[in-house]
Amino acid sequence: MLQEHAKIVDFIATADGITGRKKLQKMIFILKKMGVPFQEKYEFHIYGPYSEELTARIEELCDMGFLSEELEDKGSYVRYKYNVTQEGKDFRGTLKESVIDNPAIAAKLNEKSSRFLELTSTLLYFDHLERTEQIEKLHVVKAKLHFTAEEIEEAFGFIDELSQMKKLP
Amino acid sequence: MSYATQKLAEEKVFKDPVHRYIHVRDQVIWDLVNSREFQRLRRIKQLGTSYLVFHGAEHSRFSHSLGVYEIVRRISDDIFHGRPEWDEDERLVVLCAALLHDLGHGPFSHSFEKVFHVDHEEFTREILLGDTEVNQILLKVGEEFPKKVAEVIAKTYANKQVVSLISSQIDADRMDYLQRDAYYTGVSYGHFDMERILRVMRPVEDQVVIKSSGMHAVEDYIMSRYQMYWQVYFHPVARSAEVILRKILQRAKELSENGYKFKQPPTHFMAFFDRSFTLKDYLALDEGVLMTYFQLWMTERDPILSDLSDRFVNRRLFQYVDFDPGKDYRKLGELAQLFREAGIDPEYYLIDDSTSDLPYDFYRPGEEEERLPIHLLMPSGEIKELSRQSQIVDAISGKRRTDYKLYFPAELLIDGKKKASKQKILELLRKGGV
Repeated sequence: MLQEHAKIVDFIATADGITGRKKLQKMIFILKKMGVPFQEKYEFHIYGPYSEELTARIEELCDMGFLSEELEDKGSYVRYKYNVTQEGKDFRGTLKESVIDNPAIAAKLNEKSSRFLELTSTLLYFDHLERTEQIEKLHVVKAKLHFTAEEIEEAFGFIDELSQMKKLP
Repeated sequence: MSYATQKLAEEKVFKDPVHRYIHVRDQVIWDLVNSREFQRLRRIKQLGTSYLVFHGAEHSRFSHSLGVYEIVRRISDDIFHGRPEWDEDERLVVLCAALLHDLGHGPFSHSFEKVFHVDHEEFTREILLGDTEVNQILLKVGEEFPKKVAEVIAKTYANKQVVSLISSQIDADRMDYLQRDAYYTGVSYGHFDMERILRVMRPVEDQVVIKSSGMHAVEDYIMSRYQMYWQVYFHPVARSAEVILRKILQRAKELSENGYKFKQPPTHFMAFFDRSFTLKDYLALDEGVLMTYFQLWMTERDPILSDLSDRFVNRRLFQYVDFDPGKDYRKLGELAQLFREAGIDPEYYLIDDSTSDLPYDFYRPGEEEERLPIHLLMPSGEIKELSRQSQIVDAISGKRRTDYKLYFPAELLIDGKKKASKQKILELLRKGGV
């Protein structure tokens, strides 16, 4: 019971807090693609893979007191920062084992910018396509962001790196 | 004349309780409506189990799909037609996407997807691109046309205006289902001035915005959406039926995996139990098929499957209590243990359910570039996010509201067997324990 909630708390605790809702959305999507058993359903939105279920679950976790949410007003938008509370740490204990096999993956994801995670998650969203088609599709759906060939190469390298890390104990 | 521009000799009209008439002039649209895959939507209810609470809510995904098509047809032919920012060449692709956007929904979609780990959007794509009548019709328009329609529905199409009309925070899909669901459930919420909203919609760069003079009509739409969620979509009794439905499918799957011999082999489900399903297997299912199995399973030897099926068919639903997981999550373990001691399997008879388990969302402006909010076009030409201009929207989109319920079969807890454990369960449930 409430195991899907506990998995999210576990991940945020492992990452030692996350700044940015968009960043959190993309991180969970990337992990899901790496085989981490998150159940939140994703769809493609204008800014890439997005899960309404995850948004609702985060709200619930804040409401339950397991996550704290701080917001910074940036003028035209606000930015949210999430941390696991003491109650959340206790709740995390209801999971039989951590959802993340290798905690270094969480740190690795957390050190990347939201732009880079948006790029990586979008490429992963189209991972059923050949690489050239994946890149073409990226340029169609993210035309405004003008991702460079270097950035794209770096994102593919990052995906490979995460896949390798996933295999480590 | 090409098939893409071919018109019917006479316009066809469908009488519709929400839009009065739905107009079809294009041969392509008429052919799509008459395809097997689209007709299948007549056998899938728009609101799943809600008919067990709102008896009028028997309307289908067929009527909703026609409604979405009609709204988009009006935007394209009446509101956007002739505007330089709108590409007239997109007309047919957006009409087809509107009509076909729910094509992949299955019977009691939400529960079915959760139990069998399938995705109706993936099936929509397969129907559009696979060996189907719909695909054959779309191919007659052009070789790339089925793919284009699939991309619009998947929200990965290059023209974001086209995508926005079908799926955004204020799209034709939501505008139809709010009004249609309100009509068929009989509630007085869900009504808003759609005419006004359509008249003030404008294609601007890569999105569709609302002229600021239409802000109050949009406020009304957001309020309707908010009220419909709490009054209809999140209704606790409909959720009870949904919980039971999910547990029936889960039990049948578990029994099959453990080699249980069903009295009536569940032929239609076998490919889903062992994950060997094809599109053909999926399209063979509808709510009539599922209800037939539920009726058959009422006489199965397995007591859990027969009981749950009987509960669903005869509307013997679970009772519920509110609970606060933040305070009481530890007690769930205690309750589950007491259920076991009382001889009731908590996996099937003690179920927590929250609003994040439901397929509906509120308006949330969110963070920068998280997802596209509703934008207003100000008289100065500036674009501003709705909740920054409207106090009403700011008030309801800024407030978090969640809802947790615990479902259980109340009558099993008051029969004479294993009295001590049941007494403890009732004390925990009723005396503020959870």
